[in-house]
Amino acid sequence: MISIQGLVKKFGDRVVVDNLVLDIEKGETFGLLGPNGAGKTTTLRILTMLTKATSGLITINNQRLPEDELAIKALIGVVPQHINLDIDLTAEENLDLHGRLHHIPAAERGRRIDELLEFVELNDRRKDMVNTFSGGMKRRLMIARALLHRPQILFLDEPTVGLDPQVRRRLWDLIKNLNSEGLTVLITTHYIEEAENLCQRVAILERGRLIALDSPASLCQRLGSFVVEWVESGVTQYRYCTSRSEATAFLGSLTVNAVLRKSNLEDVFVEITGRKVVDR
Amino acid sequence: MNLQDIKTVFWRDWTVLNRRLVKFVLSRMISPVLYLVAFGWGLGRGMQANGGNYLDFIIPGIMALNAMNISFSAVGSPLNMSRVYHNTLEEYLIAPISPASYVIGKILAGTLPGLMSCTVILGLAYLFGADFIVNAWFIVALTLTCVLFAAMGFVVAMLIDSHEDMANFSTYVLLPMSFLCATFFPLDRLPRVLRGIIELLPLTHATYALRCIGRGGEPPCLSMGVLLLYAVILTGIGIWTMERVRK
Repeated sequence: MISIQGLVKKFGDRVVVDNLVLDIEKGETFGLLGPNGAGKTTTLRILTMLTKATSGLITINNQRLPEDELAIKALIGVVPQHINLDIDLTAEENLDLHGRLHHIPAAERGRRIDELLEFVELNDRRKDMVNTFSGGMKRRLMIARALLHRPQILFLDEPTVGLDPQVRRRLWDLIKNLNSEGLTVLITTHYIEEAENLCQRVAILERGRLIALDSPASLCQRLGSFVVEWVESGVTQYRYCTSRSEATAFLGSLTVNAVLRKSNLEDVFVEITGRKVVDR
Repeated sequence: MNLQDIKTVFWRDWTVLNRRLVKFVLSRMISPVLYLVAFGWGLGRGMQANGGNYLDFIIPGIMALNAMNISFSAVGSPLNMSRVYHNTLEEYLIAPISPASYVIGKILAGTLPGLMSCTVILGLAYLFGADFIVNAWFIVALTLTCVLFAAMGFVVAMLIDSHEDMANFSTYVLLPMSFLCATFFPLDRLPRVLRGIIELLPLTHATYALRCIGRGGEPPCLSMGVLLLYAVILTGIGIWTMERVRK
């Protein structure tokens, strides 16, 4: 569905995306994970044609960027990290504008707006100006807007940043429902829990480079499915084990208080990115 | 370029303007009324300019500078805010529309409030007893003025990266033009070099054209040509800035 080959983005001499190679399958929820400045958002902005690549080959649904730009724009829906709703328009007018820009005929546009406002539970606020909305409502409206023209791929850039936990979980459900209906989702996040919860596969980026790519479960397995965690001289130590019995045996050998738990993407993230950053 | 896309871009701005129409019209009456009272009735009472009534002389100037201010600010400030602060320009960048459609839609959306506010001034001018002719050529000249300054607003909004510098542009470029471009006094009173420079500016030709047509004369080809040239060049630069906005 999305093929990225040797993608490079430079701002002056600074390399922000460094020879990135990725293939994202149709119907999957794929996560780009990494610390701030890892190149996640830049990659997403290149894929959504908001930024130009320095070099590399990108195809989306067998159409090439930037040659087939207009055709690709019809295939994708974009929810950026920042709120970019038109504050001078109502919720309904924001959707109407998007529908008009995507050449949806008036009758169908009206139906889609009704459906989507219902879907994101904003129907009762449709005539309200969007500057009266809370952060979560704005984010839901942005998702509705991105879905209006029935895209095949949805790009979400840090979709739950700054939202409280309840709203975040509600948005996760929304994204899961969309994916279960066959929508391909590419999501950037630095929330580990979000990537684990939503993504079938994740790519971990650091300083523009791809440093790990697999399903969250496989990445954890590779590191060790279980981890023993204890504090030594004020610093938390981790021991990764392939089985519970191995972890239990190690735990028994320690003379200090320790915790045994399943490893998670955060462990993978810290092991791969944290250690490397410290080593430098 | 697609007519439907131009219409969509125009529709958005019209929706916003329509919501504030009364406030917009009333606020746009303040400056021209002050100019008419101060320069037309006050200072200008009994004065002659170019062999005629001073009020009749300044009406085309006031209309030209009003067209400039309204059309420039109708596009410039909102677009600059949209690009730099609200990021709403992205909605158009990710939509399947061409840069030219967006630019032309915005320019037309900036032209409309310019024409509307000039209509208000026209009504006021007649109430103040002004005597001048409004014909098709007058409307063409006025429309060209609005188009070119809306296009200028577009270009400036795309090139300037802060709202403060947008205000500086108005202070250093639009404000001097407002007073120097034959709006309030004939240019033959100025030194030749300064007059030569001022005659390169678009507002000068807007004022010349409106004044000449308003007095019942033929449309001045040179001034109409200059207005058209400025409008075309600025629209072209606007499209270029829209194409290079993706860094």
